[in-house]
Amino acid sequence: MTALTQRVSQRVPARFLPVLATVVLFVLTFGVGSASYDGFASGQIIANLFIDNAFLIVLATGMTFVILSGGIDLSVGSVVALSTMVTAAGLRAGWPVPLVVVAVLVIGSTLGLLMGLVIHKFDIQPFIVTLAGMFLARGLCFLISVESVSIKDSTFRDIATAVIELPGGVTITYNVVIALVVVLVALYVLHRTRFGRSVYAVGGNEQSALLMGLKTSRAKVGVYVISGFCSALAGLLFSLYMLSGYGLHAVGMELEAIAAVVIGGTLLAGGVGYVLGSLVGVLVLGTIQTLISFQGTLSSWWTKIVIGALLLVFIAVQRGLARGPRRRQTLTS
Amino acid sequence: MKNRLLWPLIALAALLVLNLVVTPSFFALRIQDGHLYGGLVDVLKNGAPTLLIALGMTLVIATRGIDLSVGAVAAIAGAVTCVHIGTSGDAGTAFAGMAIALVLCAVLGLWNGFLVAGLGIQPIVATLVLMTAGRGVAMLVTEGQIITVNNDPFRQVGAGFLILPISILISLAVLGLVALATRKTALGMLIEAVGVNPEASRLAGVRSRTIIWTVYVFAAVCAGIAGLMISSNVSAADANNAGLWIEMDAILAVVIGGTSLAGGRYSLTGTLLGALIIQTLTTTVYTIGVAPEVTLVFKAIVVITVCLVQAPKARAALSFRSRKVAVS
Amino acid sequence: MTESPPPVVEMRGISLAFPGVKALQDVDFRLFPGEVHALMGENGAGKSTLIKTLTGVHTPDSGSVLLAGDAVAFSSPGEAQQAGISTVYQEVNLCANLTVAENILLGREPRKFGGIDFRAMRAKAAEVLARIGVHIDPASVLESHPIAVQQLVAIARAIAVDCRVLVLDEPTSSLDAGEVAELFRIMRVLRDEGVAILFVSHFLDQIYEISDRMTVLRNGALVGEHLTAEMDRRALISAMIGRELGTLEAIEDASERRDASGPVLVHAEGLGRRGAIAPFDLDIRAGEVVGLAGLLGSGRTEMARLLFGADKADSGRLLVDGTPLHLRGPRSAIAAGIAFCSEDRKGEGLVADLSIRDNLVLAMQAARGWSRPVPRKVKDSLVEKYLAALDIRPANPDALVRTLSGGNQQKVLLARWLVTEPRLLILDEPTRGIDIGAKAQIQQLVTNLAAEGTAVLFISAELEEVVRIADRIVVLRDRHKIAELDGGASIDEVVGLIAGEQVAERTAS
Repeated sequence: MTALTQRVSQRVPARFLPVLATVVLFVLTFGVGSASYDGFASGQIIANLFIDNAFLIVLATGMTFVILSGGIDLSVGSVVALSTMVTAAGLRAGWPVPLVVVAVLVIGSTLGLLMGLVIHKFDIQPFIVTLAGMFLARGLCFLISVESVSIKDSTFRDIATAVIELPGGVTITYNVVIALVVVLVALYVLHRTRFGRSVYAVGGNEQSALLMGLKTSRAKVGVYVISGFCSALAGLLFSLYMLSGYGLHAVGMELEAIAAVVIGGTLLAGGVGYVLGSLVGVLVLGTIQTLISFQGTLSSWWTKIVIGALLLVFIAVQRGLARGPRRRQTLTS
Repeated sequence: MKNRLLWPLIALAALLVLNLVVTPSFFALRIQDGHLYGGLVDVLKNGAPTLLIALGMTLVIATRGIDLSVGAVAAIAGAVTCVHIGTSGDAGTAFAGMAIALVLCAVLGLWNGFLVAGLGIQPIVATLVLMTAGRGVAMLVTEGQIITVNNDPFRQVGAGFLILPISILISLAVLGLVALATRKTALGMLIEAVGVNPEASRLAGVRSRTIIWTVYVFAAVCAGIAGLMISSNVSAADANNAGLWIEMDAILAVVIGGTSLAGGRYSLTGTLLGALIIQTLTTTVYTIGVAPEVTLVFKAIVVITVCLVQAPKARAALSFRSRKVAVS
Repeated sequence: MTESPPPVVEMRGISLAFPGVKALQDVDFRLFPGEVHALMGENGAGKSTLIKTLTGVHTPDSGSVLLAGDAVAFSSPGEAQQAGISTVYQEVNLCANLTVAENILLGREPRKFGGIDFRAMRAKAAEVLARIGVHIDPASVLESHPIAVQQLVAIARAIAVDCRVLVLDEPTSSLDAGEVAELFRIMRVLRDEGVAILFVSHFLDQIYEISDRMTVLRNGALVGEHLTAEMDRRALISAMIGRELGTLEAIEDASERRDASGPVLVHAEGLGRRGAIAPFDLDIRAGEVVGLAGLLGSGRTEMARLLFGADKADSGRLLVDGTPLHLRGPRSAIAAGIAFCSEDRKGEGLVADLSIRDNLVLAMQAARGWSRPVPRKVKDSLVEKYLAALDIRPANPDALVRTLSGGNQQKVLLARWLVTEPRLLILDEPTRGIDIGAKAQIQQLVTNLAAEGTAVLFISAELEEVVRIADRIVVLRDRHKIAELDGGASIDEVVGLIAGEQVAERTAS
C-alpha cells in the first residue's frame, strides 16, 4: 500500500477532551464539597442534584440538539414559564391531568415548529427568531394571568410528591426518571437515527450536508420542535417542582441551559458535542449551587460569577482546540 | 431618502395614530413648573436608556458583533454609583461615583473587546460570559441588597428636567455625538467596511481589531450611562432587575431600525426609530388598558413582522415589490 | 480508446444565462462509459456551469440532457445522484465532524430495528474503501485525515451507490504528486469497471496522463471535442485561450521599449512559509513588470501574499530600498508602498455593500486612521479622476460595488490601490473572469504604470498575457521558484519549463 493510505488514523481524543474535562470538573467540585463538608458525599445529595435539576436536564438536552445544528434557542426559559402557566390554569379550570400534559406538550412543540419554520424558510437568524419566541411565550403567560397560579389538583400533587426509593435509602422523584428517559431517548435519536446524524452534519457543514442529499430542512426545523417539546416537558417538571404557574418562573433559565451545554463540551458553532456532556454540565452547575448553599456565608450571586468564569474557561479551551486541526485546511483550501 | 427607513416610520406613525385614537390627549403637551409633560414626553423619557444602549449596540452589530452583556453592565454601573454615594447627598460624591462607574464600564467593554478581537471568540459567546457573570458582580457590589440613595444631583440624571427630561437630552446628545463622530471622521465607513468584509478590510490595511475594540468599549459606556439613568430614576440600585432584558430591547431596536444582524450598513436614525417604536408600543399597551406584561406579545409580533418584511427570502415568497437597492 | 457504445450522457444545445452573463451558449457534450473525459477551459469558460447543469444544480434555459438515451431534468444534486451521477467537488464537500463511514454512507445507511446499524455501516464503508484500495479506519473522524484522504473518501461516497457517471471537479488542486498518482490509480480502476468519468483539472500533464477524450470550452461556448491522443499541447492551449491579438498587440511594443533597469525596490531573501511556498529569492526593480507564471496551486498567490504580509513568512527577510522591512501584516507593507490586489475580488478585495467612493478611498483612509478622514474635496477629485481614468461604469460614485460587473469591480479594486500611489503593485489574476475590453484596459494600465516608474508583480493563469506584459518572468512549480526568464521569452519556453520539469520529476520518482 502507498504511504497515503497507510497513514494510520486515530480517533481524535481532542473531540472527547471537553467532555472529559467536564467530568473531571464535576468530580473535582464534588470532591471539594465532600472533603469540606460532612454529609456532602451522600447518595441523597447526588440524588438531590438530579431532583433539583431535572427540568434543567431536559432543557439542556433539547438545547443540545439546537446548538449541535449550529443554532440557538433563547425561548426555552419562557416556554417553561408558559408551560407552568398552562398547567396551572388548565388544572384550575378542572382539566384532567392527561389533557393538560398533552396540551402543554403540543403548545411547546408547535411554538418550536413555528420558530423553526421561520428560521428555515425565511433565512432569519435563529437568535432573533427565538428572541421573538421568548417574548411571545412570556407575554402569553401574562395573557393567561399576571399573578402566580398555584396548583391544587390532587392527582398532580400526588405525582409531585411521590418518591421512588432506591437501594441505600436514597429517594428520587418521578421527575428524575422522566429526565433520564429523555436523555436516553435523545442519545438514541442523536446517534442511532438518520435524523440525529443529519443534525450533526448540518452543524458541521450545512452546504455539504445538502450536497450529500441529507434532509437538512427536516433537521434544521426538527431541532427547534425537539427543543420546544423539551421546554414544554421541562415546564411540566418545573410545575411539579414548584406546584405553581407563574409568568416570572424560569427567568434566565435559557442562559443556564446554554451554559450547561457549553460547559458540557458542545461547540457553540455546532457539529460537535454530546448529550451526556450536557447532562454532566447540568450536574456541575447543580454541584456549584449545592456547594455555595453548604458554605452558607457565600452568597448566591457567586453562583453566577462562577458559572460565567466556567463558561469563559470552556470557551477558551474550545478556541484553543479549534485552532489546531483547522490550520491545514485553511492553508490548502 | 433611504427607503429602508420607510417601514419603521410607518410602524411608528401607526402606533402614534392608534394612541391618538385611544387617548385623544396623547399628543397634548403642557408645561408645569418649567417641565414639559405629556404622552410623547413620557415615551421619550422612558425610552432614553433603551435608545442609549441601542446606539452602542448599533455600532457593535455593524461590525458583525453583538453585545449581550449591556444589561448586566448597566446593573453594575448603577450598583457601583449607589454604593459609592451611600448616604451622601452632595454633588461631588455623586459625580465621583458616576465617573468611577463609567470607567469601570469602559474596562468591561475592553474585556469584551479582548475576547472578541483579541481571542477571536464569537461575539455572542464572548459577551454571554459577562452577561452571566456581570449580574453576579453587580449583586456582589450591592451585597444582594437594593441600595437606595437620597442624592439630588444624582437623581437629576434619570428623573430631572431641563424643560425636557434630562435623560432624553443625554441620549439625544450621545446620538448627535455618535452621528457626528461617525460621519465627520472615517469611523463610520471603517466600521461598515469591517462589518461587511473583515478580510478585505484587513488586506486594505484597516485596523479591524482597534475598531472592534472601540465599538465594544463604546457600547459598554453607553450601557453604563443607561444604567445610571435607570438607577437614578428610582434613586436605587437593584442588581437583579435593573436593565433586565434591556439588551434584547436594544437589539430589537437596532433590527427594527433596519440594521442587519449580519453586520455592515447601519442606520442610527433607524435605531432611533426602533427605540421609539418599542417604547411607544409599551406605552400604547399601557394606555389601552392591557396588563403591561403583555407588551411582550406585541413586541414579539413587531419583531417577526419587521424581520419578515426585511428578509429577502420572505419578500420573494410574499412577492413584495422587488428589492431595489437604494442608489440615491 | 476506440469508439464505444452509445454515450451514457449526452447534452444537446445547452444554453444558460445568469443576470448579465451568458454562461453557456449552445453547448453540446457527450460522455461515454468506460472513459475519462477531460473538460477543458480557462477560468470562466463555463466548465463548472456545465457540470452543475448536468448534476441538477442549475436548470438550463434551453437544450436537453439525455442519460442513457432518456431525457432527464434533475432539480437537485440528490436526484442526479439517484440516477447514477455522482460528483466530487474541488473543496471536499463532506462533514468533517462525522466519521469516515458516515460520510460515505449517510443518507443510505444500513438499518437495524429502525436505527442505524453502525456495525454494518462500518463494514460496508470498509468494503467501498477497499474497492478503491484505501485502507483507513471507517470509524475514525474525517477531520483527523489530511485533505487528500478526505478527497478519496468523497470519491468512496460517490461510488458507494450504483454510479454510472463520476464527475471530478478539480479534485487534484490540493494534492501532491504521490496523492495524485493514487487518485489516478483509483480512476483507472473505476474506468475499467465501466464508469464514465468527467474530469476537470488545470494541470495539463494530468490531463494527458489520464484522459481519453476532451471537450474544450471557451467563454461559454464549445470549441471542440477531441481524442486526447490526437490533440497536442500547443493545439490545446490555443484552443483554450484563443487569440486575442489586435487589441493587445500595441502593449507588446510598449514592454519592449520600456527601460527596466531601475534600482532594486524590493528584495526578498530566502522568504518562505511552510506548506505555502518554499524559500525564494526575488528582486523587483522600479518601473519593471515581473510576471509570475505557474499553474494553479504552484505557489503564485502564496508568494504574493508573503510579499504583502497577508500571511506571515516563517523564513527569510524582505528588504525595501535595501533596508529590511519587518512585515507584521498588510499595514506595514502598505506603509512601505506595497499594494496587493487579491485574486479573490469578492472575498478579499472589495467591500461589496459599500459604494464605489468608499471602496476607492478605503486603503488610503485606513492608512490615515479613522480620526483623519480624507477631506470630501480630495475624495471627490480622486473618485472623479479614477472613474474617468479607468473608465469605471456606472460612473456614479454612490453605486454599491456589488451591483457592478466583474470588470468594473476589478477596476475599482485597482483604483483603491492606485490612489495610495504604491511603489510596488501586486496584481493577482487581475484579468480573470472579466470581459476582453476591460482586460485590455487593465493590461494597458499596467504598462503605463511601469512606464511611470511603478514596479508591478503581475500574476496570471494566462501565460500569453504574462509573456506579453512582463519584463521578466518568474516561473513557479510545486510551490518552488524554479526559474527566471527575461522578457523576450516565448510561451513555449515557459510552458516547457513548467511542463517539462514536471514530467521529468514524475518519471524520476
